Amino acid sequence: MTTTTDTPAAETAAGRPLPRLPWNRHLVAIAVLAVLLVPLPLILPAAQASVAVRVLIFALMSIGWNMMSGFGGMFSFGHAAYFGIGAYACAWLLVEQRVSPWIGMLAGMVIAAAFAALIGFLALRYKLRGAYFALATFAFAEMLRLWATNSDFVNRAVGYHVPLRTDSSWWWLQFEPSSPNYFWIALGLTVVALVVSVQFVRSRAGQFTKAARDDEEAAAAVGIPVMRYKLLTMALSAAITAVAGAFYVQYFLFIDPDLAFGSSVSIQAILPAVIGGVATIWGPVIGSVVMGPLNDVTATMLRNPPPALEFLQGRSGLDVIVYGILLIIIVLVLPKGIYGTIRQRWSRR
Amino acid sequence: MATLDPDEVRAPTARAVPWLRIGVIAALVVLAIGLAYVRSGSGVVVVQAVATGVLIGGVYGLIAMGLTLIFGVLDIVNFAHGSFLALALFLTFGLTQAGLHPYLALAASVPAMFLLGVLVQRGVLAGAMGKPLENQLLITLGISLIIENGLLLFFGANPRSVALPGDRGVPIFEAVANLSRILAFVGALILAGLLYLLLQRTRLGTAIRAVAANDTGAQLVGIDTRVIYAVTFALGTACAGAAGTLVAPLVTIEPTTGSLFNIVAFVVVVLGGMGNVVGALVGGLVIGLAEQLGGIYLPGQSPLLSVFIVFVLVLFLRPQGLFGRSA
Amino acid sequence: MTLLRVDGISKSFKGLRAVDEVSFEVAEGSILGVIGPNGAGKTTVFNLITGALRPDTGRVHLAGREITGHVPHQVTAAGMTRTFQLMRPFYSMTVLENVTVAVLAGGAARRTARTAAAELIERVGLGRWRDAPTEGLPTAALKRLELARALASKPRVLLLDEVLAGLVPAERAPVMELLERLRTEDGVTLVFVEHIMAAVMRLSDSVLVLDLGRVLTSGAPEEVTRDPRVIEAYLGEDPHAHA
Repeated sequence: MTTTTDTPAAETAAGRPLPRLPWNRHLVAIAVLAVLLVPLPLILPAAQASVAVRVLIFALMSIGWNMMSGFGGMFSFGHAAYFGIGAYACAWLLVEQRVSPWIGMLAGMVIAAAFAALIGFLALRYKLRGAYFALATFAFAEMLRLWATNSDFVNRAVGYHVPLRTDSSWWWLQFEPSSPNYFWIALGLTVVALVVSVQFVRSRAGQFTKAARDDEEAAAAVGIPVMRYKLLTMALSAAITAVAGAFYVQYFLFIDPDLAFGSSVSIQAILPAVIGGVATIWGPVIGSVVMGPLNDVTATMLRNPPPALEFLQGRSGLDVIVYGILLIIIVLVLPKGIYGTIRQRWSRR
Repeated sequence: MATLDPDEVRAPTARAVPWLRIGVIAALVVLAIGLAYVRSGSGVVVVQAVATGVLIGGVYGLIAMGLTLIFGVLDIVNFAHGSFLALALFLTFGLTQAGLHPYLALAASVPAMFLLGVLVQRGVLAGAMGKPLENQLLITLGISLIIENGLLLFFGANPRSVALPGDRGVPIFEAVANLSRILAFVGALILAGLLYLLLQRTRLGTAIRAVAANDTGAQLVGIDTRVIYAVTFALGTACAGAAGTLVAPLVTIEPTTGSLFNIVAFVVVVLGGMGNVVGALVGGLVIGLAEQLGGIYLPGQSPLLSVFIVFVLVLFLRPQGLFGRSA
Repeated sequence: MTLLRVDGISKSFKGLRAVDEVSFEVAEGSILGVIGPNGAGKTTVFNLITGALRPDTGRVHLAGREITGHVPHQVTAAGMTRTFQLMRPFYSMTVLENVTVAVLAGGAARRTARTAAAELIERVGLGRWRDAPTEGLPTAALKRLELARALASKPRVLLLDEVLAGLVPAERAPVMELLERLRTEDGVTLVFVEHIMAAVMRLSDSVLVLDLGRVLTSGAPEEVTRDPRVIEAYLGEDPHAHA
């Protein structure tokens, strides 16, 4: 049967148009969505608007994680390291050196990228894979947490409070708590991160990274310098997650070692992508939209629990329990995530 | 012709006792103790650190044995291991509140964690066997989130403690160790020994080792691998459960206590060689020492930091662990 | 002119000599068939000269430049590309995307890479599978994909590891024709490991026989297959039986 593919098909097929690539459609979708979302904080009540900001922070973290662990296939269990570096670089520069958070954000991105490249170099140099790789990334994040907790250089376990200003300022990235500016900034950062990830995946570097994920040896055999592109991917991934950390500090005005480098932060970077769809452009965003409000719903429930669960009033932990259940269900039932599954059904039709 | 994998060729020599390696490790340990003495300048401090380190190291060994057994047989990196330990801690706390002697709680925590292990493996993990490693990792992560935060939800974050009746300081050379710490160490060693005998001397243990070595082959000779997977996972969680009860008098009981032990157990498992049960016990002692001596080397830093430094060094320099991988 | 020269390469795994002092030369534009019983070290030789493994001793020269100890992507960049015995597509990609990545890795511009890849795909006769995902592709198509991907880097020397294995005889003929065209039209030098003797006899200018990691003999195909040592190496198994 396959022999027939040889001559006749070759001739008839020669002029067939190449399939269209989805990238421009993704970019258009990002633009449309961004425009549609701009009025959101003006419509939503304040409490919901802060949920929306949290969704965007989740999305930023997870877009970063997805780049390395989804498209790059290097499962990171330590993205808290990069989130924390972003947060601490920003907070330290602001509190100790009076430097604008925007510059702090850039510094955080650079340091996080360098740190990721270092970890990546060591991990790849010593050929850590699978569980070992995940544990190594986890160990580095924990080391940063322990170092920050016990180091005077970054104020030990106390962490940093962002000094409050009396006026609103774009340069110092501080507004009234209910200001829609926070949402717009987060939206802008997320849109940039999404565009970067689309451009990354369509680029030479992104394609090489995907090839190396699928089969490292085969990728090297077609001439791809695998190590170089993996490190590049890790650095980019870390830089994006660092942005989330820097913004987090400015929005919540506070950071400490557990909030920055704790393993729950790493989990928060993983979950949206897993729920939405690993190695897809939209997965992290969709997962964040699912996760962000959950936190709010469970908090409300615990404030006023139903009569049978009266004793749970004022307790915490329910949100994370729901994350855990969701995680297990998704992995068992929809291993490609929500968006990944929908996309697959779509393309099969 | 298949490409020769250098790792495949190594297997036949694994049976022999690696005296050279044990010697090197012993030499390193002696060196580390010597350096700690130089750094601190106080013999008492070092003896205290060594005593404390070895005693807690035995417990680490027991916890890690469970974890490494699960890895060796099911190929699962079990992020929920520490949360089973936390569950046992709270169970022990509850039972002592009801008037039971803390060590009698073993009779409850071990079977309870064994049963829970069976349920979790059959109910949740069985559906992901043979799937990519990330899937299992994420599932066990989900389980740990549920257990840890379930404890937080029902018991709150207030630290609790369990008092051992008749607990007192026992002098060891120039140092002092609590009786509870010594008993935890002895108990951990006994249980570790029982687990080893179970694996080496019983039909069940033989079946478990067969599945670890080659599950398709084990299936062919009539071993029901599904049962073995469930039992092994349950044995692993039972180890965590037993350890939880043993350390209950030593630690502050909080929902997050388990995750601390989980981290250490991972380090121990990698150090001992993933899947290597005896390696886990030795690794536990080494890490217990590293933790305490690290406190001397890096004063002011968390003892865990030195654990992680050892971890990263081992990952990079000897990822197969001190004793290589074998179940 | 000698394009590929291998001088006394050896490799041991834990004391086991998998490849022992293997030397050979390949002239530009010629086709060398490599045969030998299972375990003779054929794939290991490929791994050694393409940098997937580092030889313990010996040297490899490509077009006069030493490439010993180069890592695989450098060897490919230097002009020598290999295919894998077990097909190794980039599984998340379509056939076109697989070849496009390889074309990009060869240094082509993004604009032209897809067209170039599509042409290569037609050339190896994969046209009807061009937009299909690699998952579920038949063996014959995957073998051709390996070939297309290897060609994307415009190699001067192509190392083929059993491209015909797993194909039914009717599928073999067009692949063999393609290989011959690669030599005559593109001037590609071929080194191919093969079990199917008919193909070795038909394509090779010379044949290298490996046994137990050593070169047993080499020469013109007809001579080599009549060599009693070769027949013995196959343990009484007639080397012609495969054909």
